[in-house]
Amino acid sequence: MAGRKIRVLIAKPGLDGHDRGAKIVARALRDAGMEVIYTGLHQTPEQIAETAIQEDVDIVGLSCLSGAHMTLFPKVMDLLRERGAGDIIVTGGGIIPEEDVPLLKKAGIAAIFGPGTPLEEIIEFHRKAAGK
Amino acid sequence: MELTERVLQGDRRALARLISLAEDSEPGAKEDMAVIHSRTGRAHVIGVTGPPGAGKSTLIDRLAKSYRLLNKKIGIIAIDPSSPFTGGAILGDRIRMSELSTDPGVFIRSMGTRGHLGGLSCATADAIRILDAFGMDKVIVETVGAGQSEVEIASHAHTTILVEMPGLGDDIQTIKAGIMEIGDIFVVNKADRQGADRTEAELRAMLDLSDANPPWKPPILKTVASSNEGITELRDTIESHYGYLMQSGELGKLNRDRAKAELLHIMRNSVADSIQAGPNSRFEKAVDMVLARKTDPYSAAEKLLADYCTNAEKAQPFRAKMNRHKQ
Repeated sequence: MAGRKIRVLIAKPGLDGHDRGAKIVARALRDAGMEVIYTGLHQTPEQIAETAIQEDVDIVGLSCLSGAHMTLFPKVMDLLRERGAGDIIVTGGGIIPEEDVPLLKKAGIAAIFGPGTPLEEIIEFHRKAAGK
Repeated sequence: MELTERVLQGDRRALARLISLAEDSEPGAKEDMAVIHSRTGRAHVIGVTGPPGAGKSTLIDRLAKSYRLLNKKIGIIAIDPSSPFTGGAILGDRIRMSELSTDPGVFIRSMGTRGHLGGLSCATADAIRILDAFGMDKVIVETVGAGQSEVEIASHAHTTILVEMPGLGDDIQTIKAGIMEIGDIFVVNKADRQGADRTEAELRAMLDLSDANPPWKPPILKTVASSNEGITELRDTIESHYGYLMQSGELGKLNRDRAKAELLHIMRNSVADSIQAGPNSRFEKAVDMVLARKTDPYSAAEKLLADYCTNAEKAQPFRAKMNRHKQ
């Protein structure tokens, strides 16, 4: 079966153990025909960046509900850039206060999907961003 | 710099990209694989198969770590099923291999089956080749959770490990044809659970029923991958199997069989593809004729193949198609 597939990494950086949201998004992207690599809980930014490279994903989705997003999200971004993979799109989800969103976008995070974001919107974003 | 060149120089991003190109059958991937192929033949390919939940991913994680102690470079290909409805997939084998992600001597790639049956994905052979050319000493392939007839791994791996666990069916399962026949090494994982001895005994009884003095008698090992028990023994057993393959000349035979099977597979596909894409929708007309009961499938196929063979010019649509891509 030929054709370019959209590949997405859904990762949970840091120490929070709440992965229901991440799993729902992973499942929705799967049902939209994408290949979703799911790495489970408690990933370090280094593990996430390296996994994104090995799996050649188009997009990395980071989920964080612990409040550490301002440290963890930009760190993943920096590591990707360091390794010549700054073209991989990074998005975030979870409990992210309104005022942090512009700062995260400035750090290179392409989109933030807070609670209540319709899954269709997330799928549409991934399709457009991957350009496939 | 060419992508293949970057791969051969050890660029991991290029390695990942090239696997995607092969997997997506992108134009140019075949030329890249031609370059890669000439640099392969060094890696020992280890297949790990068995039912879902037997602990294949965890076992591979521990096995890879054990090989890292010997300074071996490890490529891992982990295959999970794609949805037959949407083509999407959740690839989750890496969950059990987190710590390996940041080891520079390890490269893990998850693949969806993308409609391919048999336990592997359509581009597994190419991914093995690319990791081999990259310089991996061992390439470990984890099949999808396998049932009874997902035996394709045996034609890609030098050493096939069948992972079982206690409590799955009785001894009749062990004498059925199919997956039980392809193991070079049997592993009873989760051996701390009740019934492990019985599972081992049933496997042993099955093996004792076969050829009295086979040149390689598949050993049965007990492991508890989650607590790293039996892993060193497994690694050493894999190495003795590889040693046996080399000394007995079986390795050369296996490689020859593999090349033969792959060549046949590619030829079948490209002949079928080009007949289907042939001129004047001859193929579609043949389908109509079969449906209208004016001819039967065997005669129609014979006619299409005969046309294909006599028409020398159109018998090279594969080249023509590649040139089209280049324009």
